[in-house]
Amino acid sequence: MSVSTFPGTGRGVIPTVADPVLEIRNLSVEYGYDENPTKVLRDVSLTLNRGEVLGLAGESGCGKSTLAYAATRLLPPPGLITGGEVVFRGRDGVEQDILTLSDKDLRASRWQDMAIVFQGAMNSLNPVHRIGRQIVDALQAHVPGISRRDADDRAAHLLELVGISADRVRSYPHQLSGGMRQRVMIAMALALEPQVLIMDEPTTALDVVMQRQIVEQIAELRDRLGFSVIFITHDVSLLIEIADRIAIMYAGEIVEEAHAHDVYRRPRHPYSDGLLHSFPPLRGPRRELTGIPGSPPDLARLPVGCPFRDRCAFAFDACATVSPRLTAPAVPGDTPGRSVACLRHDPAAVTAAGFTPQPVPDRLSL
Amino acid sequence: MTAPEAAARSRGADPGDDAPVLQAVGLKKHFPVRGLRSHDVVHAVDDVDLELHRGRVVALVGESGSGKSTIARLLAQLMPVTGGQILLHGQDATVRNRRGFRAYVRRVQMIFQDPFGSLNPVHTVRYTLTRSVRIHQGKLRGAELEDALSALLTRVQLTPVERYVDKFPHELSGGQRQRVAIARALSADPEVLLADEPISMLDVSIRLGILNLLRDLRDRLQIAILYITHDIASARYFADRTMVMYAGRVVESGDSESVTQDPKHPYTQLLVRSAPDPEDLDARARGARGEAPSLVRPPAGCRFNPRCPFATDVCRTEVPPLLPVGDGRLAACWGYADRPDRPTLGSVLEVYGERPAVDEQLLAAVEGTSTEVQR
Ligand SMILES: Nc1ncnc2c1ncn2[C@@H]1O[C@H](COP(=O)(O)OP(=O)(O)OP(=O)(O)O)[C@@H](O)[C@H]1O
Ligand SMILES: Nc1ncnc2c1ncn2[C@@H]1O[C@H](COP(=O)(O)OP(=O)(O)OP(=O)(O)O)[C@@H](O)[C@H]1O
Ligand code: SF4
Ligand SMILES: [Mg+2]
Ligand SMILES: [Mg+2]
Repeated sequence: MSVSTFPGTGRGVIPTVADPVLEIRNLSVEYGYDENPTKVLRDVSLTLNRGEVLGLAGESGCGKSTLAYAATRLLPPPGLITGGEVVFRGRDGVEQDILTLSDKDLRASRWQDMAIVFQGAMNSLNPVHRIGRQIVDALQAHVPGISRRDADDRAAHLLELVGISADRVRSYPHQLSGGMRQRVMIAMALALEPQVLIMDEPTTALDVVMQRQIVEQIAELRDRLGFSVIFITHDVSLLIEIADRIAIMYAGEIVEEAHAHDVYRRPRHPYSDGLLHSFPPLRGPRRELTGIPGSPPDLARLPVGCPFRDRCAFAFDACATVSPRLTAPAVPGDTPGRSVACLRHDPAAVTAAGFTPQPVPDRLSL
Repeated sequence: MTAPEAAARSRGADPGDDAPVLQAVGLKKHFPVRGLRSHDVVHAVDDVDLELHRGRVVALVGESGSGKSTIARLLAQLMPVTGGQILLHGQDATVRNRRGFRAYVRRVQMIFQDPFGSLNPVHTVRYTLTRSVRIHQGKLRGAELEDALSALLTRVQLTPVERYVDKFPHELSGGQRQRVAIARALSADPEVLLADEPISMLDVSIRLGILNLLRDLRDRLQIAILYITHDIASARYFADRTMVMYAGRVVESGDSESVTQDPKHPYTQLLVRSAPDPEDLDARARGARGEAPSLVRPPAGCRFNPRCPFATDVCRTEVPPLLPVGDGRLAACWGYADRPDRPTLGSVLEVYGERPAVDEQLLAAVEGTSTEVQR
């Protein structure tokens, strides 16, 4: 497999010296006002480097969208950020903690350089305005002094980039299919020329030809304009192709983070392994699909220990008591820089709690 | 399922099995465009024939904007057809008034593409489901109602039920909302389920759960299902037959295994070869760009001809009919016609593989109009 030949993803351009543009540190989010709030994110840390595509995957309800909202300070009530920092680093090297800025400073800051395509964004278009006009409005707000003609041209180009033909520029949102509206939202986000583009399930309504076309174009633009992308999806097979790095979330925590092909070829967390083996293959022999048995835990009543243990084939006694932390995998010679939150990989924590460490199972140490 | 298995099933115990429950003949939908030229229309659906049978699943796949949701909405009679006919058990099914519509909806239920728009934000899950349970199953109360609600939520794996039943849509994740929408459709106990991308918001493990659930409904309740999806692998696993749409027309149909493993129409080939598959990063149709076809002035002849590497004159002038391309299979491509001027088909993969992945000119235009290109 020659991963590096995939055009546009620029796997070769991952900076060797990390150049973080967005650093999420120990971010915690709760929902609910009462004394028993749901802890939806617990101590999530994640770094996005300049020019990279970071994939975020995990089961429905694990907190992916919440992370995107919190990191852009757009979390609606009753969501509450209870801890952590989100540091944005501009091209000038100036760092700002987005979470502590006043609203006024926030508007003046480089935070403006983040754009987000919301999940279900196909409904956030203004129903009474034509789509072309909406992009032109966004452009005129974003680029003071842009002429109407330039804005029109640029809007048409952006729509063409996402495969919407010129004779549809004057359509109203309800006259477009679900996938077409999704593409308008992507064009709108690109119009803002963000440094960080967060896309939450942006291609769920697109056929694979269109999806590939858009993803390739965004990757190419990313290379040329040097922005970074956080791509949220449950489609792990898509992520493996387009992301440089992948973070896997489970029940409000990141349980594994590594280069895309490492996640795919050599998963370290039992949950990542399960996720990878539960999508039906399009080619080759048909096989019965197992999926991951059981369902995710109730975030409002999280048990102590590893949140995955009830569904895990490799759980042992310590998993019911000790909460796993992200550490380097206990696999000799493993790719540096990757991390996993599983007690099979953390004998020190197991011993410290008075349990006997268990070896890393073969399929998690390939 | 293999073709013989499928055939065996259609020859099953019930002799009525072979008559379609819901059928569309020559279905057509044109939307008027209010704009420069007032007589312009969007050719959303043209000449579509479709049959849904008891206990069988038909998958509808294809381009974004090719008319899949429109077909589902026409079959649900949410809007009038421009041409063609819809038959329920062989009878003209056109509803003429509210009462007729309500009776029809009880038999033909639709799950909408987008769970963010289809649930009323001001109502809890309990309210939404209670309402549809009462419409379709009579005025249940108390313990009976609770049982019906928890049976529905259990079916879509929103368990434990207490965790979800009193939530508002905004308190649920995207996937959880979609499952509420499915539960609502199931409360009607329909004969036909029109499922418009029921799993596109869901992750793999819940997807499997929902597909198994739909499969169970198909087998146990003998529901006829139209399954619209962009996930071709799931069509392979779950649907007996698969139909492929391009720009408002059906371009290929057949049993799902054959259509996905040995696609005949150049567009289907492009579609299947574009699916992400990490096992095999090289066997991929890259650079499969091309202007999305205008549906206001669709290309003459085969609507795929501007993007098709094999197109010839006949493709640019005459609409290809659905031609037989194997056991129970059809493809609307002149390459399969028995005429001397037919195009010679080759491998889409090879042809597209040689093209650059991105449209340089367009990217340059987008970049060029960009105001603050910083490096
Ligand atoms: N306003 C809210 N009040 C209470 N709980 C909420 C609220 N919004 C979200 N949640 C809960 O927080 C959890 C995380 O939700 P989130 O939308 O971040 O999930 P997700 O990973 O994006 O899932 P999906 O893939 O289905 O979109 C879910 O279990 C959801 O039920
Ligand atoms: N009310 C309307 N007025 C005008 N055009 C419409 C209307 N509804 C749909 N269309 C057009 O009809 C065509 C088919 O739309 P449809 O929603 O059926 O596509 P689809 O195959 O479901 O696409 P997707 O996969 O993106 O959901 C599109 O070009 C769309 O813009
Ligand atoms: S060969 Fe002709 S008829 Fe067949 S898909 Fe290409 S353009 Fe259409
Ligand atoms: Mg989400
Ligand atoms: Mg649709």
